[in-house]
This record gives sequence, structure tokens and C-alpha cells, in this order.
Amino acid sequence: MAQSFKEALNSGKFIISSEIGPPKGTNLEKMRHHIDILKDLVDGINVTDHQSSVMRFPSIGGCLEIKEHGGEPILQMTCRDRNQMALQAELLLAHTRGIRNVLCLTGDAIPIGDHKEAKGVFELDSVQLLRTIRLMESGKDMGGNDLDGAVEFCAGAIVTPEANPIEPQLIKFEKKIEAGAEFIQTQAIYDLENFGKFMDYARQFPIKILAGIVLLVSARMAKYMNENVPGIFVPQNLIDELASAPKGEAINKGIEIAGRMIATLKNDSICDGVHIMAIGREEVVPDILAAAGINGHA
Amino acid sequence: MKSITRQKSLDDVEQQIEGLERVYIIGCGTCATMTNTGGREQVLDMKERLQELGKVVTGWTVIPTACDEMTEVSLQENNGAIQSADCLLVMSCALGVQKVGAYNGKPVIPALDTLFIGVEDEPGYFHEACDQCGQCVLGYTAGICPITACHKGLLNGPCGGTNNGKCEVDKEKDCAWTLIYNRLKEQGRLELMKKYQPPKNSQVVLRPRATRIL
Repeated sequence: MAQSFKEALNSGKFIISSEIGPPKGTNLEKMRHHIDILKDLVDGINVTDHQSSVMRFPSIGGCLEIKEHGGEPILQMTCRDRNQMALQAELLLAHTRGIRNVLCLTGDAIPIGDHKEAKGVFELDSVQLLRTIRLMESGKDMGGNDLDGAVEFCAGAIVTPEANPIEPQLIKFEKKIEAGAEFIQTQAIYDLENFGKFMDYARQFPIKILAGIVLLVSARMAKYMNENVPGIFVPQNLIDELASAPKGEAINKGIEIAGRMIATLKNDSICDGVHIMAIGREEVVPDILAAAGINGHA
Repeated sequence: MKSITRQKSLDDVEQQIEGLERVYIIGCGTCATMTNTGGREQVLDMKERLQELGKVVTGWTVIPTACDEMTEVSLQENNGAIQSADCLLVMSCALGVQKVGAYNGKPVIPALDTLFIGVEDEPGYFHEACDQCGQCVLGYTAGICPITACHKGLLNGPCGGTNNGKCEVDKEKDCAWTLIYNRLKEQGRLELMKKYQPPKNSQVVLRPRATRIL
């Protein structure tokens, strides 16, 4: 990886990030395989942090693997599992090991995951975590003490452009920018017209916006997300398109849809880049980029 | 404001009183009566169940308010039956259990779990209105508490799990930040939601928490 994610953000080119989910267990083979596929293809690789509140190998462990394999990791940090001491300590560790990008998240609720009786911490929220990073960059910790060696991060956050109601989300979005967020990776978007309206608003802020692209693998998945995932809306025409694919080939249609959306976002300069979430199908990310007409990106 | 309780399972009660054959039962005439968990009716029902398990119930009483100092008087009045018991099974919230324990050397056994301090919105419906965090933010949040009304206790706005004004943990529960947004908007005070709220101090009053006012 010749260029850091921050350099890519500031280069003016169309940015592409993707993500991997660490394993539930100590077998890192599949995650390493996904890292190998992505590391030279994208500008940054997110590692999810016990996504959906399912206990897994830690995000920072995945980031260290990416570093060892020569990729550019983006550490996803939720506020669900760590108090302010643990969050700060992990930021110190991340910095010393060459991890330079952090995505600050609230974190999913505990009861939707697989440790339903665990304690959710949420001592900080995503806005406070962003401010904590900026504080630690100034050489101080949250206790007001001096750090012997400060951190330095490219800090990002998320927004859900399809949330209903949207206004409370936008207030928080602006608080994240004020707190020092440099980039935003959005929740999955499918309706480019709606997303364009969001971008018309978001353009006024000095922040890079990467549109979230979640690979659709079937009409059933699209319907499931519409019914169960907050802030995701797959329009009926895309569901019909997926349903029209011959049996077993819906994923190819999903790749085509994702590629088409990325091409439009890029060619029409709608946003600054995309964040591709293939959710376990990372091996098809190269196909998605090819479908978007993007080859040898990074 | 009521202490909201739920009855423990009979199995749980039985495990706690294993080896204690003679039981004196204490109910509470206030919160536990109102929530039908430790009133007269539930005390009598418990008496029957314990007898079915082969236990000897030496007596029972429903103290008007198990958590106040009159508890001591009430226990003295029933001293005979209490002294002949191996333990006191208390059907009140944990405040009452501890009060009884403080006035009597006998083992105290809770028959209820204490869930939260609830405010009654309509007959029979209680919600937790305050977590006693020690740094009230209601002035910024249109009088709706984000600590208790938001599953994650968020201070700077909603998470991404909110959907159509509902919470990601339960589609029946309102998203606190949607409620706060709507009410602030009605009041023309949305700028309050835009104000950054710093992290809370988790050590306002050091645990064990206590205070002296006199």
C-alpha cells in the first residue's frame, strides 16, 4: 500500500474502502484470505468491531493482520464494550502499531447479538469518542493528564442517509463533523436520487463522504433488510431485478447492481468515494469493482 | 413513584430457603401491593405454596411500608411467630428486605427481584424515569431523560439503530432521541440538541452512595 488512507482522502481521487469481519474463533485463515484479496485493491480496509454485537476476534487484531500483510487498516471502534480507559488504551496501542485510521461508532445494542445478558458499556458515544481522539492528539488524556507520546489518527464516523426521521440524524452528523470527523462512511444506500439529495446538503461541510454499498445477494436478502435493518431501503425495482435472475445467479445480479451504482456515483461525482461491504463475500469485491469499470484502483 | 418488582420463581425461592424449614412471610403494603407482587393476596398465595413444599409457615404480616422505620415496630408486634421461624421471606423490594434484615438477626430471603424505580403513566403501566445519575440533563432534552429512555443512554443524539421513531432493541419502544427532537422542535429549541454534551461523570457520589442532610 503506497498511500495512506488519509493521503487518498486528500488526493482528490474517487476513494474506495471495503471491510472484513474477523472470525468467531482463532482460525484466521479466511480473514487473511480476504485481506489478501483487498489489500492492493482498495484505499482502506475496515475491520468490524463485534458487528451486530456478536462476540468475535477483535477489530484491532484484524487491523494488525492487515498491517502485517501490507494493507491499510481502518479500526472500527464502538463504545459498546469499553469504558473510557479501555478505549483510550486501545487507541495508544493502535497508534504504536501503525494503525492510523479509526471509525468511531456507537455500537449495536447488546440484546440483538449473541451475548444477550452482557453489559453494554456506552460510557462514551460516537461524538465523544471523536473528541477523545482529538484530545489525545493534543497530548492529553480524558483525565487531564499528559501523554508521553501523543496519537495521530484519521478519524471518521457514519451517517444513515435513509433514516426516518432524518433530521435528528443530521444534527448528530453535524456534531460529528464539529468533533473532528474527517470522513464519513454511510449506511448502505440504494436509492441514488435520495442519496443525491443528502449529498446536496452534506456538500456544505468540509468532510469526505463515502457511500455505503452493501452487496445484495438475493431478493430475499433485500426484503429482509427492508423489514429488519434500520435505515436501509432497497427500492422495489432492484428487488425485482434480483428476483429476475436465474436460480443461483442472483449474486451476479447483485454484483452488477453494486457496480452500476458505484460507476454512477463516481462518474457523476455524486460523492467522494464508496465503502463496499460484501458481508462475508469479500472474494467478489474485485468483480464489483470490475463491474464499476474500476481496475487496479489502489 | 414505585419500586417495581417481579416475583422470583418458586424454584428460586425454594433453593434460597433450602434447609430452613420454618418460614415467616413479610409482605409490603405500598409498592409491592400496588404491583401485585407482595401484597396480602400474594403473601397468602406464597404461604400456601410453601406449605405444599412441606415448609412450616410460622406466621405472616404485611408491613404498611417495608422500607421505613415503622418496620421495626411491626416486627416487634409479631415477635413470637418471627422468633420461632428459621428465616424471614420478604415479599417487598430490596429496600424492604434490607430494612427487615437490619432489624432482625434472622436470615432474610427475598421473594422478589427489584427491577427499577417506576413512574405510573396510566393505571398499571410504569416506566423508569430516572437512573439517579447525579447530573441531570433534562434541561437540554425537553424533559425527556436520554439516560433511561434511550437503551444506550446516549447524550448527543440518536444512534443508527433507530427506525421510524422506534428503538432497535424493541419495535414497541419509542426512540428517546426522536421524542426529544420532536418536543424540542415544538418548543422552538432545537439548538439545544446541537449543543455538545460531554461524557458523564460516573463517580458523582462514590459508591457505596450515601449522604447526610442533618
